[in-house]
Amino acid sequence: MGNLFKNAKRFLIKIGNVIKNIFWNIRRILNNYKRKISNFLDKKRLNPAGKFPGWAKALLYLSPALIVLAIFTFWPIINSFALVVYENYNMSNNTITGYTLFGNFIRVLTDESFIVPASHTASSAVINTLIIVFISVPISIFLALAISVALNSIKPLKSFFQTIYFLPYVTNTIAIGLVFAYMFKTDGGLVNEFLSFFGIQTDGLSWVESNAVYWRSMFVLIFYSIWASLAFKIMVFLTSIQGIDKQYYQAAAIDATPKGRIFSKITVPLISPMIFYITVTSVIGAFKIYNAIVALFGVTGAPPGVSYNLQSIVMYIYQFIDGSNAGNLSVAAAGSLILFAIILVLTIVQMQVSKKRVHY
Amino acid sequence: MELRLENLTKIFTNKNGQETKAVDSLDITIESGTLVGLLGPSGCGKSTTLFMIAGLVKPTTGKIFFGDDDVTKLAPEKRGIGLVFQNYALYPHMTVFKNILFPLENMDVPRDEAFERVKAMANLVGIGELLDRKPSQLSGGQQQRVAIARALVKKPRVLLLDEPLSNLDARLRLQMREEIKRIQRETGITTIFVTHDQEEAMSISDKMVVLDFGKEQQYDPPQDMYNSPDNLFVAKFLGNPPINSFEAEVKNKKLIINEKPFMQVNIPDGLYDVGMRPENFRVKEDGFQTTVKEIFHIGRDTMIHFDFNGKNVRALVDSESINDKQKTVNLTIKTERVYLFDKQTGKVVNHG
Repeated sequence: MGNLFKNAKRFLIKIGNVIKNIFWNIRRILNNYKRKISNFLDKKRLNPAGKFPGWAKALLYLSPALIVLAIFTFWPIINSFALVVYENYNMSNNTITGYTLFGNFIRVLTDESFIVPASHTASSAVINTLIIVFISVPISIFLALAISVALNSIKPLKSFFQTIYFLPYVTNTIAIGLVFAYMFKTDGGLVNEFLSFFGIQTDGLSWVESNAVYWRSMFVLIFYSIWASLAFKIMVFLTSIQGIDKQYYQAAAIDATPKGRIFSKITVPLISPMIFYITVTSVIGAFKIYNAIVALFGVTGAPPGVSYNLQSIVMYIYQFIDGSNAGNLSVAAAGSLILFAIILVLTIVQMQVSKKRVHY
Repeated sequence: MELRLENLTKIFTNKNGQETKAVDSLDITIESGTLVGLLGPSGCGKSTTLFMIAGLVKPTTGKIFFGDDDVTKLAPEKRGIGLVFQNYALYPHMTVFKNILFPLENMDVPRDEAFERVKAMANLVGIGELLDRKPSQLSGGQQQRVAIARALVKKPRVLLLDEPLSNLDARLRLQMREEIKRIQRETGITTIFVTHDQEEAMSISDKMVVLDFGKEQQYDPPQDMYNSPDNLFVAKFLGNPPINSFEAEVKNKKLIINEKPFMQVNIPDGLYDVGMRPENFRVKEDGFQTTVKEIFHIGRDTMIHFDFNGKNVRALVDSESINDKQKTVNLTIKTERVYLFDKQTGKVVNHG
């Protein structure tokens, strides 16, 4: 029996070798032809490699991606600059009543649900977004750092834990949102059950349902966005921590460095480029928050029966595209340019700060 | 402070359960204030030994003593050692000053004293004016000095150097060798220096340990080891050009080479490995006649190739004593410079 198995294995290896040989020979023949063609072209002085500079070839290979990007990214950007000067643009019949330089911006900036909340509501799109950005981003970065350092230091079941922490990344955002909404249900939700276990009165304690208090639903939203963004951050930090030369830690150990100082003086500075990258991208990502809110509170962006609204800047922009004010693309363009300006300023600030703090 | 290794053994086990003895029952006592070179080919366990002394690798069995303290179970940070890594492991985001200051920040040293010590140590190793630079702005030799300063600034009980010169170019290596020796003399600290370069080890060490397959081969001052190697491995490992070794028979207390008696030896008859260093040959009229195969002139010396028992043998002789046209040459070698090694054990039989 064992002999049969051995013979079968040997036979398979032989077949494998034959196939590999065939491929080897195909490559030899092709190379031969390639050489012949290029010799021929050289003789006729037709060889394109000599005629065109290197970047022309690069451009050729990049062109499929560039074309797609041009149609779906660059053109809309340019177009939004064009749209923003139209007055009362109507998408359905493509008419305008005139041109204006700042009219659309003024309309957005003075809108009661954009910056300054109206008297009857506690929130505006900008305030909501800023709260989400400035609370969820720092917390999620610190959490991700702490978790990745912890993950890096455990020895048994290392890859198991790493997989566990990476799972949220491959899970659908909307699905996670629905699960969260279910967890924070008023009646029989996991969180309320948990709280009542500790003797806290949870009757009618609403998180995301009707008559939820602003900060309570905001807490759920921030909690959710931290959790959803944690996995990617952990993965990036963990890979860069694993890339740090072990000798730094050995040297630190010999110098009797406490754990906290190893973290703050060695680990963090050495992965600071990655922390900076994550900070910039997650600030941008948090400013663009949209599906988290939709998943938790639906397209209205508010629990039923409340006076406030949890909509973000992007949600505010979307209402001019297919929401309550559909078709007013000029206002939407103005809104997105304002969002762009905010992100640009913040990114420049971050880059200035990083010059001193990031060690490449 | 005296450093003592007792029966130190390290066995690595890989995933398939195969065991490798990296260090094999090492028994070494290193006297206080000496510089000891740990020498051996790559993979002989010299770095493992160093890391065990540092506490970064746990020994399988055996004990390590610093003076009278048993430090075998002690964590590295409690041993009071300074370690210079092969590629220095300077923190790239800190200036030279901060790098040297780092060990002191973890100790109970007043700030002023710490700054004072950093400056003094930087001056001792000769980088006093580079304190504001980052490691990436330094040359290899300067980085090396920073690494030594960082290791020494906390006044360790033992200084460990792991192939510290292997990343430097040849000229700088010579210079840093002398520097390390000087710094060690000035601080009087017990130092262990790991290297695979025999010349480096011989020039820097007060005493050296030669390791092979984790086993101690010999522990002696360099010159003693060179002149009276304990076994064939040590003889072959030391010296450049390497020692000539060939097989020869001893018959009636005479060493037979090329079917002629070469010299009197006082050992039992049988087959032996013979070792003769090239530079120990002299051209002399009444010497042993050999047929010259090739002659190379290398400046001050001349290298002659000839056959001893079918093996190519090199002799390094004075250029004046031989001319190019000579077909044969008469060579002598002092009896005490001929080493006979047992064929089985490799141990020297006519020395020590």
